Amino acid sequence: MVKIVKTKVEFEGRFRDEYVMVEGEEIQAWPGSYKGKLVGSPSPRLEAGAKVNGSAKYTHDIYLPGMLYGKFVRSPYSHAKVKHVDLSKALAQPGVVAGYTANDVPKLTGEKQIELFSDEALYQGAEIALLIAADEITLHDAIELVEVEYEPLRHLVDPEESLRLRGSHAIGGKDNLSGGTPRVYERGSVERGFSDADVVIEQEFRTQAAMHNCMETHGSVATWEGDSLTVYTSTQSINNVRAELAEKLGIPLRKVRAISTYMGGGFGSKFGGGKYTLAAALASRALGRPVRIVLDRIEENLVTGNRSQTIQKYRIGAKKDGTLTAIQLTSVVNVGLQGWTADIGGPTKMTYKCPNVKVELYGTRTNLVSSTAFRAPGYVEGNFGLECALDELASKLGLDPISLRLKNYADEDQGDKIAYSSKALKEAYERGAEIIGWKPGEGPTRRGTKVRAKGMASLIWWGGGGPPAYAQVKINTDGSATVVTASQDIGTGTRTAVGQIAAEELSLPLELVSVQIGDTVTELYSPGSGGSQTLASIGPAVRSAAHDAKSQLLDIASQTLDVAREAIALDSGWIVRKSGEKLSSVADLLDKFGGATVTGKGARGPNDPKHQVNTFGAQFAEVEVDTETGEVEVLKVVSVHDSGRIINPLLLSSQIEGGVIQGMGYALWEGRLIDATSGVSLNANLNDYLVPRSTDIHEIQSEYIEAEDTSNNIGAKGIGEPPIIGVAPAIANAIKAATGIRLRELPLTPERIYRALKKMDDWTSSARYF
Amino acid sequence: MTAQPGLSRYLQLNLNVNGKSFELNVEPRISLLDVLRINLGYTGAKKGCDMGSCGACTVLVDGKTRLSCLTLAASVTNSKIETVEGIENDPKGKILQESFIKHDALQCGFCTPGQVISALFLLNTRKSPTKNEIKRFMAGNVCRCGAYPKIIQAIEDASKVI
Repeated sequence: MVKIVKTKVEFEGRFRDEYVMVEGEEIQAWPGSYKGKLVGSPSPRLEAGAKVNGSAKYTHDIYLPGMLYGKFVRSPYSHAKVKHVDLSKALAQPGVVAGYTANDVPKLTGEKQIELFSDEALYQGAEIALLIAADEITLHDAIELVEVEYEPLRHLVDPEESLRLRGSHAIGGKDNLSGGTPRVYERGSVERGFSDADVVIEQEFRTQAAMHNCMETHGSVATWEGDSLTVYTSTQSINNVRAELAEKLGIPLRKVRAISTYMGGGFGSKFGGGKYTLAAALASRALGRPVRIVLDRIEENLVTGNRSQTIQKYRIGAKKDGTLTAIQLTSVVNVGLQGWTADIGGPTKMTYKCPNVKVELYGTRTNLVSSTAFRAPGYVEGNFGLECALDELASKLGLDPISLRLKNYADEDQGDKIAYSSKALKEAYERGAEIIGWKPGEGPTRRGTKVRAKGMASLIWWGGGGPPAYAQVKINTDGSATVVTASQDIGTGTRTAVGQIAAEELSLPLELVSVQIGDTVTELYSPGSGGSQTLASIGPAVRSAAHDAKSQLLDIASQTLDVAREAIALDSGWIVRKSGEKLSSVADLLDKFGGATVTGKGARGPNDPKHQVNTFGAQFAEVEVDTETGEVEVLKVVSVHDSGRIINPLLLSSQIEGGVIQGMGYALWEGRLIDATSGVSLNANLNDYLVPRSTDIHEIQSEYIEAEDTSNNIGAKGIGEPPIIGVAPAIANAIKAATGIRLRELPLTPERIYRALKKMDDWTSSARYF
Repeated sequence: MTAQPGLSRYLQLNLNVNGKSFELNVEPRISLLDVLRINLGYTGAKKGCDMGSCGACTVLVDGKTRLSCLTLAASVTNSKIETVEGIENDPKGKILQESFIKHDALQCGFCTPGQVISALFLLNTRKSPTKNEIKRFMAGNVCRCGAYPKIIQAIEDASKVI
């Protein structure tokens, strides 16, 4: 009997309703005291061998017989009318197979109306035409021969200017204020909160656009067999790509297969198919050959989106003892052409107990590529402002930053006033403070021109996961097991974690478990790998499937071996009596049935409406500022997390270190530089866009508090995004503690720090962080 | 190395990769990276940027690290080229690979072949490298997932075994 249950599911702070099919009894969550054999063990990744010897095949590594290469002609302007496109010289080149402009789209799409090319480029890199050739050198030569006549138009890349000119210069004919109104959140009354306050502070912060720069650039290879399409694609969601292609091509879902066996990083930028995938599919269909479109590094920086630039104005009211009475945030968010306004107010609304909160977000459209999700979108930006402002408040009140945060500790969710499924932030503060050697009132340490100090920040995020997520666990004839689900491993270790869960439930050594993911052909829907939701969504489904397989296997064993069902168990590939006596290997048992396999089914159960699931953390940084150069070394970061049960502490520490390092990049070096005069990007590559490198890294200590959480049957919450959220404010607060200077604009480059230390005026340059 | 008659655009050349000799007809401008990946199927070396900024394409040419995206295939015809696919046969290479696995010195894995090759060159050059030497040697290999602490640890550990 299948039961249908309605449940609320969250993704990066946005809630939706889902209906879940629940079959049989939902298995009980492991209690907090449960110590697994494999769950909780630091197992190396299942696929690590393939990654260190080059045999792991990524989308970039797919070269199909007869394959053609495609590349877009892109606008060099951030705003221009496309007056004329002439492909004739390009098409005359030997090896150039086809070319398409806006006029040719019906040839590709038939009846379907699809906008593939722009006749008015509204951001730099907008698609103008597409060329297809037999090899990449020919293709690159041919692109140079395409003649496009542009009429450059006034561009708006500065969101404040865009808002000012909202009435006279609507970008693409649409309101520059995204959605036409600000996004407003209010609880209590901030006016009342400010009048109750003993102290009110006002603070402004600015954050820059950050680029994902995944090592594997976005790309797809499309090939057709009859009327069925297969795409190899570098994605965080094979199911999204599949649905998007089916819809745009007007073909049934069953005719589209999306494969992403290995993928080289996404960080939020790879949730859909994009024009490159669609164009590859369309051109492949038209030409009868496989077509590959892989973006180059410059295209990757220009057209795949970014974390939004923001301007954040805070007003915070508090009593003398530190009790918060009101927080108000007004923020301008540069969303590019038509990006989504990430919730910059998330940390303001959620982190602390405060009855009066108001957030107003002005999502602002500009002539830049649409912004997209980037690891904890909104929260990374908003937490920088909030946590820096709180440090200013602590200093004004003469309070220790941790004491101020503890004074306003939220014991329940502040919006809906419901209990958390678990929260161990207090313990995280304590652990982190102890490890970094936090001493209230401790001043900076000087050594010559260098000065050292510590700073900290809190973080809150989501990551409870939810349905729908389906898995099967097969017990194979040889006694091994295979986990099957249409999830994907974007480098976080999904394969290994779900393998451990299945192995735990089946009491099998991990070597005997293989994991088949990254292919929609299995039809086992699984959510996209983002929002820190993967493990908490698919893990419980895998455990349920393994449980079902085990149960079936024991039924078979009981009848075949003529022993009572209650008297037997599975142990390391054997059917054993509960006393420990071995009765038969699983392989021998299944061999009696002519190579039978047993398939267990599992689905992620509904979420518990009585609890809200959040992840928490406390991050500490010790920095050394060179007062003669403005350079900052981040000597040590201690990152302590509450993410529920830890399935694999080795992989968890990799996620934490990786998030901290991306956070350091965001805090100190990274940022899209736009020439305000011409509106074009000045650093759309990895030479000029400064991502962290090995020489930038010192000590990073990852820690966790394993809070008991029974909101899903494995007790895990997410860890993908939390570690990036508090890094920038912890570093900025440490720099303030070291130098006495509050820096309000990211990235905290040596130049900015130097100018602040020397009290030099801001210099004006047309190169600006938008 | 002569241009083939009747196919003047193409160049005939011989490459020695992972101990094997290959005869090829290629575009004179083609990079070593593209030849390895497209013509020879050694897809371990990756194209992360194609402009020498990221290190994902690193291979060994006569024992030294080389950015194969900035190397013309035609310029290394007399050289010994080693890619990540070939280093299992090198005892140091094998130890390094195992150390990377053990320490989880990788996440998405896309930059890993380049990291392993740069690390192998380091261990062939320095017997007991310090942490700072490791960081300096590895600074040309970008890992956007941020596996650096574990990469450094894996190399340091491997250097103690070798």
